[in-house]
Amino acid sequence: MGSFHGGVHPREYKGATEHKPIEIAPLPSRVYIPLSQHTGAPSKPVVKKGDPVKTGSVIGEQGGTISAPTHASVSGTVADVINLPHPLTGKLIPTVIIDSDGNDTLSEEIGEKDLSNLTSADIIESVRRAGVVGLGGAAFPTFFKLSLKKPVDTLIINGCECEPFLTCDHRLMLEKPKEIVEGVEFIAKALGVENILIAIEDNKPDAIDIMTRMTEGKGITIRRLKTKYPQGAEKQLIKACLNREVPSGGLPADVGCIVQNVGTAVAVREAVRFNRPLYQRVITVTGPGVKEPKNLLVRIGTLVKHLIEFCGGYNNTPGKIIMGGPMMGVALAGDEVPVLKGTSGIIVFPPEKEPDEGDCIRCGRCIEVCPMGLSPTQLNYHIKMGRLTKAKAGHILDCIECGSCAYVCPAKIRLVHSFKFAKSELARRQ
Amino acid sequence: MSEKTSPLRVTVSPHIRSGVTVAKLMWAVVFALLPILGGAIYFFGVKALIITLISITSAVLFDALGQLMFGRKVTTSDGSAVITGILLAFNLPPNVPWWLPVVGAAFAMIVVKQFFGGLGHNFINPALGARAFLVASWPTQMTTTWLAPRGGTTPGLLPEILKLYPDAVSSATPLSLLKQGGKLLPPNFVPQKLYQDLQSWSVIKNLFLGNTGGCLGETSALLLLIGGIFLLLTKVIDWRIPLSYLLTVLILITVLPGHKSNLLNYILFHLLSGGLILGAFYMATDYVTSPLTHKGRIIFGIGCGVFTTLIRLWGGYSEGVCYSILLMNVATPLIDRLTPPRLFGKQK
Repeated sequence: MGSFHGGVHPREYKGATEHKPIEIAPLPSRVYIPLSQHTGAPSKPVVKKGDPVKTGSVIGEQGGTISAPTHASVSGTVADVINLPHPLTGKLIPTVIIDSDGNDTLSEEIGEKDLSNLTSADIIESVRRAGVVGLGGAAFPTFFKLSLKKPVDTLIINGCECEPFLTCDHRLMLEKPKEIVEGVEFIAKALGVENILIAIEDNKPDAIDIMTRMTEGKGITIRRLKTKYPQGAEKQLIKACLNREVPSGGLPADVGCIVQNVGTAVAVREAVRFNRPLYQRVITVTGPGVKEPKNLLVRIGTLVKHLIEFCGGYNNTPGKIIMGGPMMGVALAGDEVPVLKGTSGIIVFPPEKEPDEGDCIRCGRCIEVCPMGLSPTQLNYHIKMGRLTKAKAGHILDCIECGSCAYVCPAKIRLVHSFKFAKSELARRQ
Repeated sequence: MSEKTSPLRVTVSPHIRSGVTVAKLMWAVVFALLPILGGAIYFFGVKALIITLISITSAVLFDALGQLMFGRKVTTSDGSAVITGILLAFNLPPNVPWWLPVVGAAFAMIVVKQFFGGLGHNFINPALGARAFLVASWPTQMTTTWLAPRGGTTPGLLPEILKLYPDAVSSATPLSLLKQGGKLLPPNFVPQKLYQDLQSWSVIKNLFLGNTGGCLGETSALLLLIGGIFLLLTKVIDWRIPLSYLLTVLILITVLPGHKSNLLNYILFHLLSGGLILGAFYMATDYVTSPLTHKGRIIFGIGCGVFTTLIRLWGGYSEGVCYSILLMNVATPLIDRLTPPRLFGKQK
């Protein structure tokens, strides 16, 4: 069984939702759609207050080489286009607010397509127009990954879902295996790749079973991987599957590889087969602070508080709301925040005291678990002393912010906080 | 957010943490040291307990005092000062005057630990630093105040050896007898016979069980190993340092010259005496003063083993554990620099 060096084994907490089928969340009466939900330049707004929109209409067009268009997730009227703080970064970003008419009228462009003469370029163009981005969390525009001009021999589909609590990818593999496989075939065709792997951690034997059956005779290999965080991180996944190491500062394509998430495969399938833009996704709403944890198919732009209400509300007072997984997700300042394309989960924790930071005792545990082979304690020391050039020489830019170091640190030092700060400082100084 | 709810905590990821804390690690070490303390009381009587309690209390108080002096947070509950207190006591002869552990603890906590920045910043192990300081300042009290172990009659020697050599100097420890015992004997004795007697199975058995003279915590290899294995199994300490340390001593002792009459027993004699096991499992593994990476720890252990053997065979002391670990403590920043972890995707 493949694996990588380092990593941690946090408790999984997946039991609350892993056996619950995906439910469709009620259509929101109003959506807030930020025009920056992907890595790269924000989309440019093409609607204004009062414009009628249909579900799937373009509301923001691609804003640069690395960018993606953004679409309406409900039909109705544009209530406003204003700058609102981005849920994850807090930066003011143009946000399209749409009041739903409740009809969910689909844009005319959406519908079954004739796929008889489908070319690689057609697939990439459909994916681009549909605004598909990586649904694993990083939200990198998918068309761009598919059109890199580097020789690629292997496509890895990421079904690891190594973050605790999250089960949306697991449920997709159980409930939409055919759709995933079709999406995978489109991606493989776009890339011209014949070697296709679907990587799944061994804590999801039912998903491994179903995907194995669904891919029989299709030239797709199911790769069972050890359950270990961060198995689903791109570079660690490639190492575990192919024993290839993406060079420091490089991209998966440098070692002939492309990685796509299972959710992205479904989005690609919808884009290619039906011209359906990415205006909805599956997320897991869970955590000890939510009454009835669920896996939900939600419209992009739905407010977190409405999803929590649909899940029975809060268990007492929420102490922390996380967008994403507990290891890498972002703590929200409130629940009036929209779900984004890259949102894989909403996790609510009860109020708890944040552990105090102690002195480093040099136990070396952070080094043992760092999947990138860094020395977190020494990096943090340099950063605290203001020696950012030393931190850079210590390869801080290779840090993937997986949080393994801070997770194991017995002194509870906020290592990721320190590294994010240093990386942004280094970027600012350039 | 509705008004009824309290403000949310907004912190940077990760949002879950492992249950391992500094305090848990430190108290686990204290727990592992308790059977050894029990052994010390069994072999040397209640005096052992009194010395240890004085040492612990002084270490805790001086650590807190140092923290107050430097305006640091007082962190007594993390247990680190308790460990230093116990280890300092374990490095003292059983019959030392009561003020010696007090002075030692003051030096360990204020000079070695707090002067250099407190927990995590000291560059040598506080207990060993204090021992070295005490040996240099009060050599008589530190090297002659032995007590006879349970069943022994004269302080500081293996009981059965004493029966055979009643005139042997009482301040000699097993290792000093093995090193230069011949010179201590009256002229009518044959040195070779003493070395043979020292390498008998009954001596080895007593060294293993602890029925021998020595510092409070160094006598029973059995109890030291029980605690050491507990710390290894609970992953509190890394096996690399004790293993590379002990193996290095084993190999060097085997190949280098010495008063060998029975090779296996000669090797066991060295491994079981002179605080080697105490040092290898409880002091060389001190996180703060040992290297960060696996590779660095192996180098550290080998270094400790080389220095221990060299000191034992040719140095001015017959034990060598304390100074070899101190030397490698000082070398640790250099080892860290030379053994960085392997960067993922490193370009050749």
